[in-house]
Amino acid sequence: MSEKIEFSLKVNGTDFSIACPPRKTLADALREDCRLTGTHVGCEHGVCGACTVVVDGRAVRACLMFAVQAQGSEVRTVEGLAQNDVLSPLQQAFIDNHALQCGFCTPGFLMLINGAFERDPDICEDELTELLSSNLCRCTGYRNIARAVLQVADKLKARSELAVGKPS
Amino acid sequence: MKAAPFDYFRPASLQEAAERLSVNSDDGAMILAGGQSLVPMMALRVAYASELIDLNAIKGIDTVSRSERGIAIPPLVRHADFHSSDVAPGPLGHVLATVSRHIAHYPIRQRGTFCGSLAHADPSSEWCLIAAALDAEIELLSVSGRRRIKAKDWWAGVMETVREPEEIIVAVHLPLLPDDIQWGFYEFNRRAGDFALGMAFCCYRLTEGLITKPHVALGGIEEYPRRIPEAEAVLEGATPSAEVFGEAARTASKAVNPLEDPATPAAYRRDLSATVVRRALTSATQTKSSPALSA
Ligand SMILES: Cc1cc2nc3c(=O)[nH]c(=O)nc-3n(C[C@H](O)[C@H](O)[C@H](O)COP(=O)(O)OP(=O)(O)OC[C@H]3O[C@@H](n4cnc5c(N)ncnc54)[C@H](O)[C@@H]3O)c2cc1C
Ligand code: FES
Ligand code: FES
Repeated sequence: MSEKIEFSLKVNGTDFSIACPPRKTLADALREDCRLTGTHVGCEHGVCGACTVVVDGRAVRACLMFAVQAQGSEVRTVEGLAQNDVLSPLQQAFIDNHALQCGFCTPGFLMLINGAFERDPDICEDELTELLSSNLCRCTGYRNIARAVLQVADKLKARSELAVGKPS
Repeated sequence: MKAAPFDYFRPASLQEAAERLSVNSDDGAMILAGGQSLVPMMALRVAYASELIDLNAIKGIDTVSRSERGIAIPPLVRHADFHSSDVAPGPLGHVLATVSRHIAHYPIRQRGTFCGSLAHADPSSEWCLIAAALDAEIELLSVSGRRRIKAKDWWAGVMETVREPEEIIVAVHLPLLPDDIQWGFYEFNRRAGDFALGMAFCCYRLTEGLITKPHVALGGIEEYPRRIPEAEAVLEGATPSAEVFGEAARTASKAVNPLEDPATPAAYRRDLSATVVRRALTSATQTKSSPALSA
């Protein structure tokens, strides 16, 4: 029953060969099998959002998908945002606006925001507040996260970040 | 906080899924759709599956189809697909777009499915309320064939439906709404994105200023959502007014048999049922005339 299944996972444009039992979540496979520990795991039942990644253009909870379900999909994680050691505009805006303190929630917020702008470029300010309520942050009080997003909203709408995160 | 071991099967068609389910459902095989209820329940070890039959690789079941009378929602239509009101013609599209934004949070809505909500049958499911309010029909497939169940006959208790373990929901059918419909939705919860403690959907038409064919439905209050005929009777033929809405709301709250939990006594939910009905009815009077919007 818990026999391992072999498949390949495409993460930030790179193929990883995985062998894991079906019950392994995408979040755990990213961390343990792909060694991409930027995706964090908090509650493991969909509530906190620390594990949020982008799968086929949708921001989703990586703890509520099994890794086998992501075979054949394009997965994007926080590691795919910076290019050649240059932070993406949203990452830079987080720093400039003091939008993180301990940083545990940050990868989840970055992927949530990137995924949402990719799918719904016309997202308005009210919807943005609702969007940011999807993930939990224990440190910042959210205000500075909202400031960071608003600062780069135009760039995000132009999909520049995700375009660079995508394999060419 | 990790799911117990299970086998994984990825069918290429609904027929193949139904065949597999007919063989393995007795041993505890289950359908996996959006996974936004089942996966957390497996992680919390309150649900166990011997095998998950994952519908997500099946082609051609992710788009709403339209007919003259209504829409059909197949198993891979996600909550977020309703964010745009274009998904259904006329007022129905606006109803679904408004209600969809009350379900959980954005990333959950990217995967959770309409059919999965009907199967899961949480008393506080927004889609279950809409199915009850609009007299949806649920279409089931198994190796023995297809059958359709009316929403009023669908639920059997909290998270229980008349679906047999070997049956798959292959579509939920919703009727179109007339262009002159007045409708309102109101949901109360303690934090945005939480499950509703109580919610109401109400709609009616006006004939020479009088209410005709009113629907009043409550969710999150009882074991499952349903229309409240006593409240509808108060509205039928009346002129919309704060007094009439107040009376319909009080009548609804007397007619329900509310759920109770440690944080929420039944009396609280009874009270809440009047509030949400009154607010939904009040918001129905502000429905913008929709013909221009129907795309
Ligand atoms: C943090 C969080 C908050 C949430 N808040 C809300 C909320 O406010 N309101 C709300 O309504 N929901 C909420 N949900 C639940 C969410 O809406 C789920 O998507 C929904 O309840 C189930 O749909 P699913 O497609 O994810 O089903 P799954 O989780 O895949 O399945 C749920 C059950 O239905 C069965 N099933 C699924 N599809 C079918 C089918 N086609 N035929 C037969 N059986 C099937 C499965 O076997 C399983 O038993 C929340 C979830 C989370 C994690
Ligand atoms: S770890 Fe996935 S939502 Fe908390
Ligand atoms: S920065 Fe610490 S939880 Fe968000």
